[in-house]
Amino acid sequence: MSGIQAPNVSCNLDKASRKPTRFPLVRLEALDNLWFQVSGTLCNIACEHCFISCSPTNHSFEFMTLEQVKGYLEESVRLGVKEYYFTGGEPFMNRQILDILELTLQYGPATVLTNGMLLRPRVVERLAEIEAQSIYSLEIRLSLDGYTEEMNDAIRGKGVFQKAMAGMKRLVEHGFLPIITVAKTWEDSEDEAVLEGFLNTLRAHGYQRPRIKILPSLRIGREAARSHGYEDYEYVSEEMMQGYDASNLICANSRIATSKGVYVCPILIEARDAWLGNTLSESAAVGYRLRHQACFTCYMFGSICSNFVSVGRNV
Amino acid sequence: MFKKIALFGGVYSNYLALEETIRDAHRRGAEALFCLGDLGAFGPHPDRVFPLLREYRIAVVQGNYDHSIGNGLDDCQCGYTDPRDNYFARISYRYTFAHTSEENRRWLKQLPTEIRLQLGPYRVLLCHGSPRKMNEFLWESTTSTHFLEKLCEDYQADVICATHTGIHWQRALSGKRHFVNVGAIGRPANDGRTEVWYTMLSLEDGDRLEATFVPVSYDYQRLAHEMRREGLPEEFVETILTGWWTTCLEVLPAKERRRGRF
Repeated sequence: MSGIQAPNVSCNLDKASRKPTRFPLVRLEALDNLWFQVSGTLCNIACEHCFISCSPTNHSFEFMTLEQVKGYLEESVRLGVKEYYFTGGEPFMNRQILDILELTLQYGPATVLTNGMLLRPRVVERLAEIEAQSIYSLEIRLSLDGYTEEMNDAIRGKGVFQKAMAGMKRLVEHGFLPIITVAKTWEDSEDEAVLEGFLNTLRAHGYQRPRIKILPSLRIGREAARSHGYEDYEYVSEEMMQGYDASNLICANSRIATSKGVYVCPILIEARDAWLGNTLSESAAVGYRLRHQACFTCYMFGSICSNFVSVGRNV
Repeated sequence: MFKKIALFGGVYSNYLALEETIRDAHRRGAEALFCLGDLGAFGPHPDRVFPLLREYRIAVVQGNYDHSIGNGLDDCQCGYTDPRDNYFARISYRYTFAHTSEENRRWLKQLPTEIRLQLGPYRVLLCHGSPRKMNEFLWESTTSTHFLEKLCEDYQADVICATHTGIHWQRALSGKRHFVNVGAIGRPANDGRTEVWYTMLSLEDGDRLEATFVPVSYDYQRLAHEMRREGLPEEFVETILTGWWTTCLEVLPAKERRRGRF
C-alpha cells in the first residue's frame, strides 16, 4: 500500500518571504494521463474535506456525455496518452459511465475514483464484464476516510461507511482489487496505527489483499474551512524549482477534460486561470504557472493523483 | 546485422540463472546476447554475474539499480512508496552495495542507457524502463498501444525492448513496429513457476519478426540456500521457491496483481 513519504526534495523555504512575486512556469512534457471530470461537480454526498466543494447541487461543471468523452479519446491517440482517469463528483451518478468505461478500455487503461455508494449488484457485474473483455486494467479507487463508521462518517456524512463497505465487498466478490484511497486527516505519529486500523477493517469485510493509497489533504475548497488552509509562505517559487524534477508535477504529465473544456489538473478546475483550451492540443501547447497554494502540496508530494508511481524519477 | 538475438533483464544477482540462460540461448543459436540492466538486488554474491557477462561478451544497458550502485546513491530508485517494499528494498540495496567490488561499480557507472542495433530490416532499441526514463514501469495492462506507437515515433525505432517490471509481455504495433518487455531472469515472473524467462528475438520466414519467451530452469534450491546463508530476507527466498512475488506488490496494476497469489 502506498503511504505518504517525507518529501524527497530540498527546499529552503524562507517563511518570512511569504508569497513569491513570480511563479514558476511548468510545461507539459508528455500527456501521459488524461483525466475526465465525468460527473462534473455533482456528487451524492458532500464531504467535509472536498477540495472542489462537490455536492448534489453544485452545477459548476455538468456531467460529460459519451460523445464528449469519445471526442477526447480520439484526440488522445495522436498525443500518445498512456492512461485515463475518471473523477467527479461521483462518476457513477453519470448514467453513461458504464458505456464510457467500456469505450475507454478499448483505448487504454482506466481508473475510476468513486465513493463506492452507487456500486449496485448490476453495476458491478457489468464492470467485471467490461474489465474482462479488455487487455487493459480497470482500476477502481474507492474513497474511505476512516476505518470505523464513526471516523469515516464524521467526514463523509452519515450512513456513508456502510454503503461504501457494501460496494467494496461487491467489488471484491467480483474479482476487483480496489485501491482504497484515504485522504490524510491525522497526525504523522498516528500513521502506523491508522494503517493497521484500515487493514483490519478491510480484511474483516472480506478484502484479503487490501491495496491502500494515502493522499495528503489539499487545503482548498471545503477542506480550507475544515482545517486551517495554507500558511502564507506555502507557495512554489522559481528558486524551489532549481534541481527539482518537474515531471513529478501533475501539470507536467496530465490534463483534465470537463464539460466546459480542458483544464490544467483535477485539483484546480475551480480556479479561473486553470482553463487551457477546448481541445487537448490547445491545452498541451500552453504552460501553467504554479500560482496556487495547492501547487505547493503537489510539489511536496509529487504525482499525488496517479494510482502509484507509474513514472519514476528522472535518472 | 543480426538475425537471432537473446535478450534478458533483471539479473538481480542470480548468477545461476544467468549461466543457464547463456547456455540455453547459445544452444538455440543466438548470435549475440544482450542484458537490459539491473544486475544486482535480491540475490546473493552480486560480483559473480560480472565475469559471466564479460566472458560471453554480453552487451549491457544500464538499469536503475546499476545507476544507483555505480554512482553510490542512497537507494535503488525503484520508485516504491509502500513502507514494506522500501524496507526490503533497503536491505537488498545495502547488501548488494557492500558486496559489489569497486571495479564492478565503476563498470556499472559507465554503462550506456540504450543500445541500438539492426535485426534484418528492423531498427531495434534496447533500454531498461522505457526509452525516455530508466525507471518507468511499462506493464501490459497499463500501457496503451498509442503510447507505445508514440515512443517508436519519438525514438525512431521499429522495435523497442525494455524490462524493469519483471514480467514479460509483447505487443505488435502498426506496420513493422513491435514492443517487447523481455522479462527478468533474476526471479520468477509471479506465475507460480520456479523458472525464469528470457526473450529470443528472431527473423522468421524471411523478414517476419518473432519474439519468443523462453522459460529457463536452473538450480533454484541452491540459490535459495545461498540466499539464506547470506542472511537475505526469507520473503525473497520464498519467491524463488514458489514463483510467487511476496514483496514489491504495490507497483503491480490490477490485472497483473490478480494473477499472482499475494
